[in-house]
Amino acid sequence: MQNFEYIAPTETITAAQALSPHDGVTAVLAGGTDLLSLMKERIETPTRVVSLRNIRALRGVHGTGGALRIGAMASVEGVLGSSGASSYKSLLQAGRGITAPQVRAMGTVVGDLLQRPRCWYYRNGYGLLAMHEGKSLVPNGENRYHAILGNKGPAYFVNASSFAPALISLGASVTVAGPEGEREMPLADLFRIPASESERENTLMPNEIVTEIMVPSASGWRTATYEVRQRQLLDWPLVTASVAVRLRGGKIADARVVMGHVAPIPWRSSEAETALKGQALGESAGEAAGKAAVAAATPLSQNQAKVQLASVAVKRAVAMVA
Amino acid sequence: MATKYDWPAAEDRSLIGKRHNRVDGPAKARGAAKYSYDRNLDGMLVARLVTSPVPHGRIISIDTSVAEKVEGYKGHVNIMNVGDEVQWVGTEVLAICADTEEHARDAAAAVNLHFEILPHWVKDEDVKKAGEANRVQPAKDDTKGPDFAAAWDSADETVEGYYGLGIITHCCLEPHGQVVDWTGDDIKVYASTQAVARIPADLARGLSRDESIGTVEADSVEVITPYMGGGFGSKFNIDTWGIACAKLSKKTGRPVKLMLDRDEELMVAGGRPSDYGNVKIGAKRDGTLVAYESETWSTGGIAGRGSPPLPYVYNNEERLAQKARHLNVATNIGPARAWRAPNHPQAAVLTMCPMDDLAAKLDMDPVEFFKKNADLTARPEVYRYEIDKCAEMIGWKEKWHKRGDSGPGPVKRGLGLSLHTWGGRPHDSTCEVRIQPDGGVSVNLASQDLGVGTYTTLSVVAAETLGLQIPDVKINIGNSKLPISGASGGSTTVGGTSASTRRATVNALEELKGVVAGSLGVGADDLVAKDGKVFAKSDPSKSLSWADACRKLGNRTITGQGKQPDRDGGKLNDSGVGGVQMADVSVDVETGVVSINKLAAVQDVGLVLCLEQSESQVYGAMIQGVAWALYEESIYDQATGKMLNPDMEFYKLPGAGDIGEMEVHMVQNKYDDRGVIGIGEPPAISPGAAISNAVANAIGVRVPTLPLTPDRVLAALASA
Repeated sequence: MQNFEYIAPTETITAAQALSPHDGVTAVLAGGTDLLSLMKERIETPTRVVSLRNIRALRGVHGTGGALRIGAMASVEGVLGSSGASSYKSLLQAGRGITAPQVRAMGTVVGDLLQRPRCWYYRNGYGLLAMHEGKSLVPNGENRYHAILGNKGPAYFVNASSFAPALISLGASVTVAGPEGEREMPLADLFRIPASESERENTLMPNEIVTEIMVPSASGWRTATYEVRQRQLLDWPLVTASVAVRLRGGKIADARVVMGHVAPIPWRSSEAETALKGQALGESAGEAAGKAAVAAATPLSQNQAKVQLASVAVKRAVAMVA
Repeated sequence: MATKYDWPAAEDRSLIGKRHNRVDGPAKARGAAKYSYDRNLDGMLVARLVTSPVPHGRIISIDTSVAEKVEGYKGHVNIMNVGDEVQWVGTEVLAICADTEEHARDAAAAVNLHFEILPHWVKDEDVKKAGEANRVQPAKDDTKGPDFAAAWDSADETVEGYYGLGIITHCCLEPHGQVVDWTGDDIKVYASTQAVARIPADLARGLSRDESIGTVEADSVEVITPYMGGGFGSKFNIDTWGIACAKLSKKTGRPVKLMLDRDEELMVAGGRPSDYGNVKIGAKRDGTLVAYESETWSTGGIAGRGSPPLPYVYNNEERLAQKARHLNVATNIGPARAWRAPNHPQAAVLTMCPMDDLAAKLDMDPVEFFKKNADLTARPEVYRYEIDKCAEMIGWKEKWHKRGDSGPGPVKRGLGLSLHTWGGRPHDSTCEVRIQPDGGVSVNLASQDLGVGTYTTLSVVAAETLGLQIPDVKINIGNSKLPISGASGGSTTVGGTSASTRRATVNALEELKGVVAGSLGVGADDLVAKDGKVFAKSDPSKSLSWADACRKLGNRTITGQGKQPDRDGGKLNDSGVGGVQMADVSVDVETGVVSINKLAAVQDVGLVLCLEQSESQVYGAMIQGVAWALYEESIYDQATGKMLNPDMEFYKLPGAGDIGEMEVHMVQNKYDDRGVIGIGEPPAISPGAAISNAVANAIGVRVPTLPLTPDRVLAALASA
């Protein structure tokens, strides 16, 4: 680990002002379950680490005015155990997939959204785009866990967030604080597919902090998350799918379908949503949504199986809301 | 002929064969047990390795000038030199030490290595491509038994299939390494080792090769390893890091700790060779096997490895026509080391899976098919008994169905089995047992407990022999200054150490009887030690408590010596065991996810000394088996030559929720006359084949290669 300066201010604005406007110079520390590994491996080498632990405003989980507000320092366990989260089934199901007590206790939900990709080329020091001798290592390399959608390059990694698909399907937004003040945006807009090595996989400025997630009331929505997991022990899902639907007159009137671990961003499938709309909830609707969700998939040399897994995950998530 | 050393008859055993808790359990649970990694000596420095980032190259320069200026730097030693060739990523180039672990890491990161890059190759499964890359070494052909062509022609039903399993690592939870404290002429080594008694000579030899160090005598080295955090065949030698660690200790005059990092542990500290192959197997309509042919290839790194013993278990050379050809693929990956039952787990997959496929083609229940052909094994009656017993435990009769679970829903269930064998010949061992005037008893030998139960089994042996209880006996092992005992590998420890301990204890007791006889006024031959007393068989009223008997020693301490082997020392051990395992699995055919419902094992090991520790060995082996059957694999990238998953994140191991129910039956009171036989390897052999066969039974098709990951299962289903 490279030496760094550590500060833990008590105000968000102070924290934002302590961050560098340049990428890679400073880092924000919440639970640290990802950042510390990256620093130990010297993938991240910040010269200053800004901890959010002393900022009271960022703690806690609040259910106010029908919405759920998750502070930047709220732990996974804190959110899952809160009374406010109990009506968001898909969120709870996503959280249960994090099967390590240590990660649930220390890791934060916002940190889960902002964790860096688990791509083993990235983690072995080849950068976000896995470049080696001028080209990406992924397409002809070991890509069994890589993207099947949004993978035209140069990015092939998958977004590994456990909560993002559920939160996006629930219509969540985030508040972002910078040195000049706050802004709000839909959670989906936090993510992007980097077009070059100088871009990150999110749209934050290097000196911005996600301070809060706001999840609107799920009243009237049926929601579910299905993860395809190889192990019960802490493991990344192979794919995950979150579904939220609203019925009118026995038919699906509104649908949101978001898949995880399939693309460099949480992948919202308008094809699957279209397939669901106007259908009665049931096996055939799930089947159709699953097929539509992967219709545009472009698997790499080793990850053909993920196409089926994504389709099945969507189908099963729909079955769970039926 | 019976001797005084023989194991007590069944009716005279009060401890042998019963359940006893692990003697070292409380110390481990409390954290009082100190592993090598836990040693933090006064003034200790910490060393890190600097390793090769390239898979094949020649060292052009090693620049430590920046590293030497890092805060806390205390010294470094080269392991390789300019001009030397590295053959895999992670090759140890130098070791560097500093006052803290953090500074040692900083210093290691500041070393600059430059290489002339040479061509590399890390892929093994595609043997054609490996051949094109000039990486396939000449074949080894082996033909046995009746004429193959004639036997093949006589078969009514045949299977020709492709089977295999990839490279895995030892993944010891306590990685390789040691703390060395070199003071004056004394070198203390706290090593994570399977060979306490072997390390002194190994280290002295390694150090003496360095002219700047001069001759180092093996007797100046003391190895101290009371507890060990996992060894499966990769921890027999001091290794480059041990020698470098000692040199750093000498150079700095301080104790130095050098334990491998997790990634180093997985990349360079040992792997299990892969094995892939095309197998042809044929049988008569009634199920009689007549021919087995294999063409296999594998990699064990750049230097290759032995070939798997094929066909496995079913290998009668008079009745089964056999042909085996094995090719070695030379790869630039960390070299293979002996992995719990070297070559046997692979051989089980390459034999038991084709046999299971043939049974399906013959429309036979595999249990009947495996039993029918038991005459082709070395111990037909043992295997038949064990297959029946294991079938009962897993509920084979009630649950088995023909290939392909036809039930509704995407989750299919299936059963499978596999057989194994292993030698387990006892290693050489010497033991000294002391009886003190205060009644204290100690067993002393330079063996080691890798976590397998050595403390407990030796306690059972000594306490049983003296008529005492387990807590009355102190076991001193894990120190090379004690009487020499063999390395723990190949299931040789329990047979060797229990025999030397039995003989030493009997000899010590004889001497005590001689002292006590006079005071009780009986002959020494008339005395027995039982239930904490020493008394006359002819007149049990002539009796002394153990403590009173020992008090008669006055100032004298008795020492009894025992060794293994000992021609006159009775029949205490043997080699050669069987064993059967069965698996009950569920497979989600939409996701390809396999889960274990139950594993059952029947295991013979001659005389069981401690039932609980024997069972624990089998449980551990089966858990490890679930790991390599479903999850574990070393994944290498051809472009960079790197192992991509030298971590606990993508080098996957099972957790408690992934292993299913496990049931173990140790065969007791059947083969006790054979004496003690090792159990480390045998139960580690069958899990992969049994689980693969259960998956085939569930889904109706063979998933050719292990681990049985969702992508492999789905690919097999798609191609069916």
